[in-house]
Amino acid sequence: MEQISILEGRQKQIFEKKKGVPQADIACETSSLSGSVSQRACVFCGSRVVLYPVADAIHLVHGPIGCAAYTWDIRGAVSSGPELHRLSFSTDLQEMDVIYGGEKKLYHSLIELIEQYKPKAAFIYSTCIVGLIGDDIDAVCKKVAKETGIPVLPVHSEGFKGTKKDGYKAACHALMKLIGTGSTEEISKYSINILGEFNLAGEAWIIRKYYEKMGIEVVATLTGDGRIDAVRRAHGATLNVVQCSGSMTWLAKEMEEKYGIPYIRVSYFGIEDMSKSLYDVAKYFPDRPDIMEAAKQVVSEEVKTLYPSLQKFKKALTGKKAAIYVGGAFKTFSLIKALRSIGMSVVLAGSQTGDKNDYARLKEMCDEGTVIVDDSNPVELSKFILEKEADLLIGGVKERPIAFKLGIGFCDHNHERKIPLAGFEGMYNFALEVYQSVMSPVWQFAPRKGGTL
Amino acid sequence: MKHAKTATQNACKLCNPLGACLAFRGIENCVPFLHGSQGCATYIRRYLISHYKEPIDIASSNFHEETAVFGGSHNLKIGLKNVSDQYKPEVIGVATTCLSETIGDDVPGILREYKKEFKNGTPMPILIHASTPSYQGSHIDGFHAAVRATVKTLAEKGEEQSLINLFPNMVSPADLRYLKEIFADFKAPVMLLPDYSQTMDGGPWGEYHRIPPGGTPASAIVSAGSAAASIEFGSTLEASKSAAGYLEEAFDVPRYHLSLPIGIKESDKFFSLLETLTGKARPDKYEDERRRLIDAYADGHKYVFEKKVILYGEEDLVVAMTAFLTEIGMTPLLCASGGKSGLLKKRIRELIPTMDELGIKVREGVDFVDIEDEAKILKPDFLIGNSKGYTMSRKNNIPLLRLGFPIHDRFGGQRMHHLGYRGTQELFDRIVNTVIEERQNASSIGYTYM
Repeated sequence: MEQISILEGRQKQIFEKKKGVPQADIACETSSLSGSVSQRACVFCGSRVVLYPVADAIHLVHGPIGCAAYTWDIRGAVSSGPELHRLSFSTDLQEMDVIYGGEKKLYHSLIELIEQYKPKAAFIYSTCIVGLIGDDIDAVCKKVAKETGIPVLPVHSEGFKGTKKDGYKAACHALMKLIGTGSTEEISKYSINILGEFNLAGEAWIIRKYYEKMGIEVVATLTGDGRIDAVRRAHGATLNVVQCSGSMTWLAKEMEEKYGIPYIRVSYFGIEDMSKSLYDVAKYFPDRPDIMEAAKQVVSEEVKTLYPSLQKFKKALTGKKAAIYVGGAFKTFSLIKALRSIGMSVVLAGSQTGDKNDYARLKEMCDEGTVIVDDSNPVELSKFILEKEADLLIGGVKERPIAFKLGIGFCDHNHERKIPLAGFEGMYNFALEVYQSVMSPVWQFAPRKGGTL
Repeated sequence: MKHAKTATQNACKLCNPLGACLAFRGIENCVPFLHGSQGCATYIRRYLISHYKEPIDIASSNFHEETAVFGGSHNLKIGLKNVSDQYKPEVIGVATTCLSETIGDDVPGILREYKKEFKNGTPMPILIHASTPSYQGSHIDGFHAAVRATVKTLAEKGEEQSLINLFPNMVSPADLRYLKEIFADFKAPVMLLPDYSQTMDGGPWGEYHRIPPGGTPASAIVSAGSAAASIEFGSTLEASKSAAGYLEEAFDVPRYHLSLPIGIKESDKFFSLLETLTGKARPDKYEDERRRLIDAYADGHKYVFEKKVILYGEEDLVVAMTAFLTEIGMTPLLCASGGKSGLLKKRIRELIPTMDELGIKVREGVDFVDIEDEAKILKPDFLIGNSKGYTMSRKNNIPLLRLGFPIHDRFGGQRMHHLGYRGTQELFDRIVNTVIEERQNASSIGYTYM
């Protein structure tokens, strides 16, 4: 078979763990190479991902129709109440708007949408073209906020002005404007905010339930099942618990600086990290040993039922090899541990937006021979899946067809998933999904597994 | 309550570059390339993959701030070089975006420079450029722009051949396969463009393919200029924007313009045209398909008669479906599209002169909230269109019959037939079954036969 080569400009972003070979740091946090078919999206995507689950606000995309159309109801971020986030609003800029400016259209759109949907706030996302034609969206937002009496927040997410990470920051910037504007009365001293948990398939509810069982008050979830009023009083919490560190660490740092709220980084995937995220929060309240007791109780109860149920999967999956390519590197740490707990090893670990520290830690965690990639593309992913003979790929919709074409299993660990994978019950679902895909008899017909073309 | 409406809410259209990417995917050994931000390529890939369940690599020139200020020439050239190195394509289809169009990049000029600067080294792919600013039209315009640009780049005048060019519009891979089968059965050579029947609905891979096999070869497209005729589907597609229009203008290849052949009457027109152009009678197989369809119409007519429907989607699909629904006695109360050609009503009237008496209302340039407002008043028996109508279908408890693109919430959208007697048969069966299922579900008795 023909060797698949790596583009010259990409070689520093790929790394294979080998003993005895001096190894340079992986290059990362750069913009994607032109023509490399990156799996990343853009600044707008980063902002949209973070704010999407805020369910009682309207999300108006200021630009031509595509950006709004492609992000209409695409995430499994569920709400326990209002569902404004599942609607798609666009100023749908036309050629004349591009020539004469879109401010008027934006203004009228906002006034009408607020009148029609009575949201608690509005987020206005600026797209590429708005960054060029120079609409003063801040001024329009200010004006509309004054006229309607609700917060109208500009999100400077012009697609080309950076990477997805800059979009996270722009979204956090908008959230920072809301935080601190609500009352913190009656908030318990034993309270947290859950940051970077988007309530995909109800995951935030699962996590929240654990913390509440421990006697911890959850002030706000940012942004899963998000509500504007909760965001406004988030500064009343004692501790910020940050998952999906790529998107929310910036916000946690800002809140630390402005409100003196410390933060810890956690992950809710896999037994080990899930348990740790409860213990770490409990540790933060040493004056209340009952909280730690309750945490232990939650973990022991959950593990007692979960552990035996995983054994069937472990038996079947032991020795199978996985490739991971996800958005944030932090998730890969948990996935490696979770996969190990069901007998699987990881032969490829990569992310769209990991930073130097993330990759250093990945290097430490991974087995010999594991390939680590930053900002990869279909050609590279296929190359390593084939070379390393992976049995499973974990990724999102864009990665799925690569796995299936090559005749291996796939687990969707991205925003579109409809099954909760976080928490203890999520670990069960994860193992089940991996099992159902890897062990399916359909692969017997895959040409690479002996089937005929 | 009626609201003033400036913003588009739940759009019933997609942006221009998406259509171009799909069309370029129907050329053999071609990589679609978007000149703009990284997000455009990624979002469009995701959207197409969710429907076709196939890998679709779309390259991007990945604009940065400096690119936007100083122009995209440098990025575009590096991108083309990288795509050439990594994918070794025969063709790169470059489509623009709102960003590159607004900063005014001279893409044809940049492509010329690229060819000069990089002529030594890696083999030079054929470079096609389609102008597809997202602030104009919708995905269907991008589709046609890419097909026209492809023909414009490649077609040459040669000795006249018996070849027929077929420009099928944005139809399913299953439809494309059916069209090829028809031509093969007629023993008539055809240049079908685009042909993503395999690239967007292919088999498993024994080894890695940078570019999936299939698609119309560039060499075949060269012959388009010497074809005996072009057939082009899509009643709102104007010659000035179409591939067949260009070929007629540049090479005197006559353009035969038809509605998408859905329903017996429109399929008859297509088969009659084929008979005229090839001088051959249609093979028995199609006579049989037609007979079975007429028989099915008789068997199922009572289920569908005077059923009220709201129909939405690309304008050409809406026109063709309106023709089909009226010939089986259904009433399309509203024919709606997010597209805005200005021709929708006119074309429907041409096919169905009695449209006013039938109570057919036509609306262009609408979104799903507009359609939902209409649905609340019109109270149709069901909705017909793509998956994106599901939100209003669920909310208002009106069943949705899915067809066209995108089908994101059902399996097998890429294998759905729409065209010809076979496609019409499939649609008719599904419509009748939708009615039956509704009746069965609503029945307190629960008959096991209908």
